[in-house]
Amino acid sequence: MSNLSYVRTEMLGEQSPPGTAIGIVGWLRANLFSNWLNTILTLVSLVFIYQVFAAILPWLIHSSWTANSLQECRAQVDAAYGMAAEGGCWAVIRERYLQLVFGFYPSELYWRPILAFGLTLVALAPILFTALPRKMLWLSPFAPFVVPWLLWGGTVWVPLLVVAGLGLAYVVTRVLSSHVSGLLAVPVAALVAILWWLYAVMPVNDAVTAMIANQRIPDVSADMRDKVEILPGEIAALDAQIAALGQTVGRAEAEKDALVSALEAAETEAARTAVLSAIHELRGPRDALAALEKQRLVRNEELSRARTLLAGLEALPENRTTRETLLAQLANATGAARGDLEARLATVDNRIASVVKEVGRVGLIPVESRRFGGFMLSITIGLVAITASLPIGVMLALGRQSDLLILRAICVGFIEFIRGVPLITLLFVASVLLNYFLPPGTSFDIILRVMIMVTLFASAYMAEVIRGGLAALPKGQYEAADALGLDYWKAQRLIIMPQALKISIPGIVSTFIGVFKDTTLVSIIGLLDPLGLSNAIRANTAWNGIVWELYGFIALMFFVFCFSMSRYSMYLERKLRTGHR
Amino acid sequence: MSTISNSPKAEFRLSMLIYDTRYRSMTIQVVALMAFMLMAAWIINNTAQNLADLGKPIQFGFLTESAQYDINQSLIEYDNQDSHLRASVVGLLNTLLVAVLGCALATVLGVLIGVLRLSTNWLVARIMTVYVEMFRNVPVLLWIVFVMAILIESLPQPRAFRGENPEASMLFGDSVALTNRGFYIPEPLFSRPLGDLSVLGAFNVSLEFLVIVAVLVVSFFVSGVIRKRADRIQNETGIRPTTWYLRLVVIVLPVLAVLIALGFHVGKPELKGFNFQGGIHMRTSLIALWLALSFYTAAFIAEIVRGGILAISRGQSEAAAALGLRPKRIMSLVILPQAMRVIIPPLISQYLNLTKNSSLAIAVGYMDITGTLGGITMNQTGRELECVLLLMLVYLTISLIISLVMNWYNDRVKLVER
Repeated sequence: MSNLSYVRTEMLGEQSPPGTAIGIVGWLRANLFSNWLNTILTLVSLVFIYQVFAAILPWLIHSSWTANSLQECRAQVDAAYGMAAEGGCWAVIRERYLQLVFGFYPSELYWRPILAFGLTLVALAPILFTALPRKMLWLSPFAPFVVPWLLWGGTVWVPLLVVAGLGLAYVVTRVLSSHVSGLLAVPVAALVAILWWLYAVMPVNDAVTAMIANQRIPDVSADMRDKVEILPGEIAALDAQIAALGQTVGRAEAEKDALVSALEAAETEAARTAVLSAIHELRGPRDALAALEKQRLVRNEELSRARTLLAGLEALPENRTTRETLLAQLANATGAARGDLEARLATVDNRIASVVKEVGRVGLIPVESRRFGGFMLSITIGLVAITASLPIGVMLALGRQSDLLILRAICVGFIEFIRGVPLITLLFVASVLLNYFLPPGTSFDIILRVMIMVTLFASAYMAEVIRGGLAALPKGQYEAADALGLDYWKAQRLIIMPQALKISIPGIVSTFIGVFKDTTLVSIIGLLDPLGLSNAIRANTAWNGIVWELYGFIALMFFVFCFSMSRYSMYLERKLRTGHR
Repeated sequence: MSTISNSPKAEFRLSMLIYDTRYRSMTIQVVALMAFMLMAAWIINNTAQNLADLGKPIQFGFLTESAQYDINQSLIEYDNQDSHLRASVVGLLNTLLVAVLGCALATVLGVLIGVLRLSTNWLVARIMTVYVEMFRNVPVLLWIVFVMAILIESLPQPRAFRGENPEASMLFGDSVALTNRGFYIPEPLFSRPLGDLSVLGAFNVSLEFLVIVAVLVVSFFVSGVIRKRADRIQNETGIRPTTWYLRLVVIVLPVLAVLIALGFHVGKPELKGFNFQGGIHMRTSLIALWLALSFYTAAFIAEIVRGGILAISRGQSEAAAALGLRPKRIMSLVILPQAMRVIIPPLISQYLNLTKNSSLAIAVGYMDITGTLGGITMNQTGRELECVLLLMLVYLTISLIISLVMNWYNDRVKLVER
């Protein structure tokens, strides 16, 4: 027997891995320096990152937040960080962010878009996140009617009557489908609803408004008289305050300008602190001045409204008698005289109607579309297009997949046409052509026209995405639905759509993101979305020449919206993944 | 949807139009068609009425009138006395120019970024992710104006190149100048030119260019023949003859010979006075549009490429490795041919998107067809309907051609798949 004493008899304990394979070092070796190519790539990336940060960070750190013009920004940056420093001028965002968000929406009514946006979020939340209490869903159907009312204002009767139209359609469907035929019920109900919206909503609204106006006229007249008497005094007081404060601010500005020139002449520590403190001290009076001017603007608008209304009210009896005489004359007029009389009657009617509308309005002050702008405009257009394009897209996709030849041809033609042309040509259609397609004399709001075209555009893309989902569904699913004896719509609703939509979630969300991004194109046809506003802000002499800060802010906002949408889509995909596909 | 109905034969009653599934589809279609026709008639009628009221019936005669405006970047001869039609053609060519340039750069960048996003290098993959998210989540219009602003603000003015000690200098041996008025690059010149060929009497194509293209086509054909011969020999004997040098010679030599025969040389841009003369001038607007569209589309292409490569199951590359193929050949023989089938269709639709997005040129003042036909021509002549219709027609034609290419490719791939 040979001697086996050199053979180990018991196992050694496990050794820990070498220090180069674990911890930070191990991670670095595995992920950054695994071979010579990776090492080179890592080094190049590090140099690139350094370059980017070296270019941007000093500019970000040396920024000015409180100046009121680009020139002052530069002076402030020079004073704070030395003459050679380059710094951002974020003061423009501080001064104009409200405009970038709301456009030219009246500032005293900002609560309306904010409330509308909040309401939209509350309405969307239970749809987006199933973890929230299901009772919240009861709120969601009302949002589409309340939100436009909040944004555009007007009488409270219009949204109520629009909802009533839906109720009417429901009643018609129930009655017809139980008595005549289900197939007939839906088109007839749709027709009834459309007729109601076109021909009943506005007359009913006008009638109710006129009724209320008649009761209110004495009260309102007294009110307006009071206002017309009181407001000029208030405005004069504000004028005086503004003039006094303006002088102080003007002197301080002049002093500051002198200090800035002194600093440019000789850079000393004392000069620098002097400039900085001068600009800092200017801030309070400037804000106060701006607040006063805003007050004055609001009062002025109120006064002019009161004056117009009062004039209208005082002319009301006279206008009404004129109207009676004109009607009497019209009854026995002929030929050219008739046309002339009709035109005069229309003018008088308009005058009466505008007063009645103003006095009898139960609701919110109307805001014209041309005052919409900024992110509010983008979000409004985007939300409308997104919510409306999904059902239209589903219908188009079903039409494209259906056996009905003519229906399919129409859907294919529509989808391929819209997808074949750029959105900008469709926006040209909205801005110059859509009024040609409607009966002579009709003209409606540019924002509404743009919304229609963007919705059509989004629907075509949505249809293609959903068609992809339908095509990806195994044929067995359709056949199983048929075998269960489900009719077409039931099969679609219960079997096909839930699966097809689930498959198409990534595509649907990326279409949403695309639509939201594409809302910037409206700046090309002259609407004031954030990009259009950035040009308007640059047109102001104080901010002429500012580029990066505005674009950076707008880009950041868009990034936040779009990125969160794409994250949400990932969350939804994870949640709905049932493991079948 | 097929529904079996075995009702006994009965004579036709009117109610069967609604209740009998055999006739119901016909009823629905007829009603839909009627509704569609009614709506179309309504719209056409309204339009005719409105146009008649305005006193401008649909006419395309304005296209032959003199355009009266200048276009600063043009591929063919153009001056402001030429017709609106010619201005539109200039715009169309500009659209195609930026589309082709953009597609090329976007593909190169997109493939590079898509592959680097899959890199095992943590830092590189992160940087590429940031790039993709940054470009995908910000509107392309914003990128276009942003790149335009960067070019204008950060590049030197032409006068910075002047003087004894200029602040800026030209690149690549004094042949390329990057200024904030655009890029000046060398132009090809021929000392023994062949002249121009007039096409339809409308515009000229340089004969030198045609000759070079013709020679290249022939060379590639011959090279293809050589490759086929090599394939045949490989199939017969199992040994592939080395042909790459032969093919290189066939492609390079004839072109070189033609170039020398024509007396080819480059004309470098030169600083004269306050601006550069000679060379090819690419305006800042073109460069900004080109770069912005390419960077933006590259982010989408990168995702497509990444998705395509990830779509090939791991088993494929493992099987190829088990067969003893080297990593490079696994990529080129196994992964890429399969990934291409996934990548190409969405890639082509990205090309289509890029072409359509090039209509945003109007934001930076590049005169593409939206800027000429849909911009100045429309505003000058007041022919909105005609201009927008023509504009849509042009874009529809481009889309249709690209879709046809896509369908052709899909069919070809299907054949390969059995």
